[in-house]
Amino acid sequence: MKLMHCPLNGQRNISEFTYGGEYHPMPNPEESTVDTWIEYIYFDKNTAGIVLEWWCHTATSYWFLAERNTITDEILRTLPVSELKKEPVS
Amino acid sequence: MARMTKDVGDRIDRKTTVNFSFDGRSFSGLAGDTIASALLANGQWLVSRSFKYHRPRGVLSLSGDDGNTLVQLADEPNTNADRKLLQQDLRVEPQNCNGSLNHDPMAVLGLFSRFLPVGFYYKTFFRPAGAWAFWSKIIRKSAGLGKLDATYLSDGYIESESTNYDKQYLHTDTLVIGGGYHGMKAALDAAAEGHFVLLVDREPTLGGAMNLDASLSELRDSLVAEISAAENIRVETNTLCNGWYHDNWFALCSENRLYKVRAKESLVAVGALEQPAVFRNNDLPGVILGSAAQRMIQHYGIQPGKRAVIIAGNDEAYRVALDLVAAGTQVEAIVELRDEPSALAASIAEQNIRVIRNAEPHMALSSSRHVSGLQLRARTAPHLDPLSDYEVIESIDCDLICMSVGYMPAFQLPCQAGARLIYEDNRATFSIEGLPKGSKIVGASAGRWGLEQEEPSPNFPWPIFPHPKGKEFVDYDEDLTISDLINAVNDGFDHIQLLKRYSTNGMGPSQGRQSALASARIVAFATGKSVTETGITTARPPLAGVSLALSAGRSFFPARRTAMHHWHDAHGAVWLQAGTWYRPAFYRSSPEESDQDCITRENRQVRENVGLIDISTLGGIDIRGPDAAEFVNRIYTGAFKGLKTGHSRYALLCNEAGVVIDDGVACRIAEHHFYLTATSVGVDRVVQQMFRWNAEWRLDVDIANVTAAFAAMNVAGPNARRVLAKITKLELDDEAFPFMAVRQGETAGVEARLIRTGFVGELGYEIHVPQHLAQNVWTALMQAGEALGIAPFGVEAQRLLRLEKGHVIIGQDTDAMTTPMELDMGWALAWKKPFFLGKRTLQDLEKIGQPRKLIGFTIKTAGSPVPKESHLLIDDKQDKMIGRVTSCAYSPVLSQIVGLALLEDLSKSETGSLIKIRCDGGGLVDATVTAAPFYDPENQRQKPDDSFINETTGTFTPVSTSQITASMTTSTSDRLHLTDLSLISRQGYKGSGAIGYLQSQGAEVPDAPNKAIVSANGSMIARLSFEETLVIHADARFEFVPPPSEITSVYFLPRAHSHCCFQLSGKDASVALSKLTGIDLTPENFPNLNVAQTSIARVNGILIRSDLNDELAFYILTDTPSAVYLWDCIEDAIKEFNGN
Repeated sequence: MKLMHCPLNGQRNISEFTYGGEYHPMPNPEESTVDTWIEYIYFDKNTAGIVLEWWCHTATSYWFLAERNTITDEILRTLPVSELKKEPVS
Repeated sequence: MARMTKDVGDRIDRKTTVNFSFDGRSFSGLAGDTIASALLANGQWLVSRSFKYHRPRGVLSLSGDDGNTLVQLADEPNTNADRKLLQQDLRVEPQNCNGSLNHDPMAVLGLFSRFLPVGFYYKTFFRPAGAWAFWSKIIRKSAGLGKLDATYLSDGYIESESTNYDKQYLHTDTLVIGGGYHGMKAALDAAAEGHFVLLVDREPTLGGAMNLDASLSELRDSLVAEISAAENIRVETNTLCNGWYHDNWFALCSENRLYKVRAKESLVAVGALEQPAVFRNNDLPGVILGSAAQRMIQHYGIQPGKRAVIIAGNDEAYRVALDLVAAGTQVEAIVELRDEPSALAASIAEQNIRVIRNAEPHMALSSSRHVSGLQLRARTAPHLDPLSDYEVIESIDCDLICMSVGYMPAFQLPCQAGARLIYEDNRATFSIEGLPKGSKIVGASAGRWGLEQEEPSPNFPWPIFPHPKGKEFVDYDEDLTISDLINAVNDGFDHIQLLKRYSTNGMGPSQGRQSALASARIVAFATGKSVTETGITTARPPLAGVSLALSAGRSFFPARRTAMHHWHDAHGAVWLQAGTWYRPAFYRSSPEESDQDCITRENRQVRENVGLIDISTLGGIDIRGPDAAEFVNRIYTGAFKGLKTGHSRYALLCNEAGVVIDDGVACRIAEHHFYLTATSVGVDRVVQQMFRWNAEWRLDVDIANVTAAFAAMNVAGPNARRVLAKITKLELDDEAFPFMAVRQGETAGVEARLIRTGFVGELGYEIHVPQHLAQNVWTALMQAGEALGIAPFGVEAQRLLRLEKGHVIIGQDTDAMTTPMELDMGWALAWKKPFFLGKRTLQDLEKIGQPRKLIGFTIKTAGSPVPKESHLLIDDKQDKMIGRVTSCAYSPVLSQIVGLALLEDLSKSETGSLIKIRCDGGGLVDATVTAAPFYDPENQRQKPDDSFINETTGTFTPVSTSQITASMTTSTSDRLHLTDLSLISRQGYKGSGAIGYLQSQGAEVPDAPNKAIVSANGSMIARLSFEETLVIHADARFEFVPPPSEITSVYFLPRAHSHCCFQLSGKDASVALSKLTGIDLTPENFPNLNVAQTSIARVNGILIRSDLNDELAFYILTDTPSAVYLWDCIEDAIKEFNGN
């Protein structure tokens, strides 16, 4: 079983985490075109390479981001959301 | 008897005889014998019949690596006789033979082998159409190995004879797999560096290949002594490392325990497997590996034969010869395949053993299903052409042929972890490279030979000797010969992976352990590629078969119980499991009452009088803080900013795609405090999503899942107010407590949140109370309603009641595509809000219109069958499916069938339209589209009787209860002590101001999450996150004072009722818990006052190490409804530590 480093709880078995999908910043819902919105809602990029994903440590409901290489299946780093986005997203 | 008279055999006890039977005949062996060794000691070489041709087969490796010795036990098929220890009166039967083992009529198939080429079934039985359906029944009958005796699954057997199988997590610095010379050396080196070492070996004793060489016994004994003297080496013998997964995660199978091991580093020293030579009749009983002969002698004191011939491709062959001589076997000849003389030639000459050069095996001869000689021919160059010229030189009579021609590194385990095999032509051996980080491979498993000094490779490059008549077996399991592999290549399956699937090479019980090397060489030769290019098929876990019992072992099935569980149980509840929750489906008043009668009775009870239902499973979420209204407004579809304090509103939750995913009621408890209900099954996911959104929004709110903290009940029916009035001081008339209002006040002596709702379509009050006090309120309600004839009702009646009102259940009446518009719930969408989840998508979807609609329907025809969920709506003119039923039941109060359906043909959605539903058996039933609610469409029944005046009677002195009742005995022993501390005081402080507030109160707070501090007044402060702490006070009467209202950003969390609390103490506490959680809790790695929030027996929990004086002890907390479940899990896990 893989290990993942949780920024709050440290190294844990991957079974302790919930996968939250690719990290997509939300386009402005009022202004974006239908195509942009459909792309955001229904499509994942499925990148072969380095991806940024949402992960949650289930027991503590702690969400963070993980950078993962989908080719080598290596978790490169994990970080709190605040580290990526210094300002709250409204 | 083949047992030697002198006292050799390190695994047998010559004083203890064990009787058993095989193939209906009685035998006796010795204690320590395996089934195979005991049979050999009795001269019984024939053990099984082969899979395809039913050829006689016997011991090949005696190490359990081949598939020749699978036998049938009464309760276990496919048992490996090489490894299974003999037990008194064991009944052993051969497998895969028709008739008897000695005379199997199916053996005639061997004569037709030329008509049964590789891929025979694929090529033969596919024409005409349907042929396979016919032939497969006959073929399947003749194939297959052991038989499972299903009568052993009967309850009586499990009770009386079953063994307890268990699972456990282990953590180690270094895991050494294989306890041979290199494994022991590596273990000692790692231990000397201060590492904790786990050393595993599948054999009963350490020593590996040293156990087969008497001259190495001194070296072995000194290493074993060093190992047992080392304090930080734990040895597990009889334990097979069966799987190697990501990040040094291993599966170890011991006899009845599965260990899941996480190692910081790993070292593989699993050695190599000896390989057979490939020549005609190499599968005869009596043709064995050289190492098998040594096992017979060294382990079991058995003389392998009277007259032996040894096929020699290395010096090992000479050691085998000397061992055989010492065992009293006459070694007739050594057939030396190599050109250069052996280093051991002199000692062989001393024994007058004849060494034959310039010859190679032509075929083994047989008599009475046993080898009777070896025919030799002049040496040939490597070839695969079966028709090449050959010259038979001589035949040597013998009853034993030993093959010592080379080894294959035990590659399966490292290759599971991603290592690659490289063939070195100059050494004729595979070696291994590309191991994952943090692991090493040494010794023969790496393709390196020798102990202190490296020795030359023992592999003879081409021990493959095709015969014009074939039957040179490459894969014994599947009866595959050289020509089978060549034919597969010629059929176009020239890649080793394709060839495997086409020919089934390596797919039998031995998984290619004896065939991979020869197959690679043969296919490489046939295709003109290198052996490295040809390679070996992918190795995947498990390495060897795992018994179902071991996989099943300790399994966890979380179950949650409400605070009133024991009451329901005592009052005839028939249980239903909803998600993890136990809920009463209904209450049976007498054994004669049918399920349907119970539901009907409870339905009428609510419609006509008053009923009480436990709705504790309903999700509860507290949203508190300055941004609470803004947060709820963004999450849910409705408008909540304007919701008045003391009121509630229906709350619908969509995802970003506009699909309805949950619903509930949003109550505004205070300006900055919302209490939301959510569906029982959905609440965990809803809360998780709330946390995810606020990770981005970072609004100043606290989100708390208080489902476990509050128990809830709904008192509903025309007489609901009369009952409630007796136990609450709250005003209940329509003006003081209108529909959808929320009130807080003392009810049955307990501070409660009351919501006036109408889910079941009658006057009803939901009462939400701290769960440890809930039983008081329930009992008070039952007593208050006794005179009126109150009765409890269950989930089934509630489902029917809400269906009569046309209320939808999210997840039952909706699917993964359902939008609010399809549910006709456009009214729940606050389009004017700047944002809510799903808004933009719903705006776009509304423009294109809805493809479906949820409609109500009724069936008035008397005696009509009741459609079931997912029965189809049919347009019988076009013979087309136009929708499906989502809920349906017969309503006794309406005397008709009512239901909801998702309809795709909107032309039929008008009230009064006729639709047809295909029911069980295929008949069509006519139904009429009818607008919901079916019952009381004007909502007249939800008003209280205001002519009536409150009359609270009596005083209430509620008592806190734990779910762990006194009848569940506390588990005590000398070694472990489990105590329920659920009634001691606990409090959570959360929010950006929480840490500062506690410090301002003089408390010392740990400086990092997952640490705890014990303060001077005896309370413990555990820091759970950057902004959250849990305070435990040993005194049950200790009352925590909420922070004064002017202090913001500190949120009080009701931990005493949300979480149960156990204490497990004793020196084995870590070991016991390692059966329940994957966290490393060993005292060295989890120091006192450390905190772990993790999964314990598959429920989320908090572990705090808090030693009692000098005794190891842990607090274990989990959500209260899981208390009984977790208590049972811990009690079961500590059983083995009870007593001494």
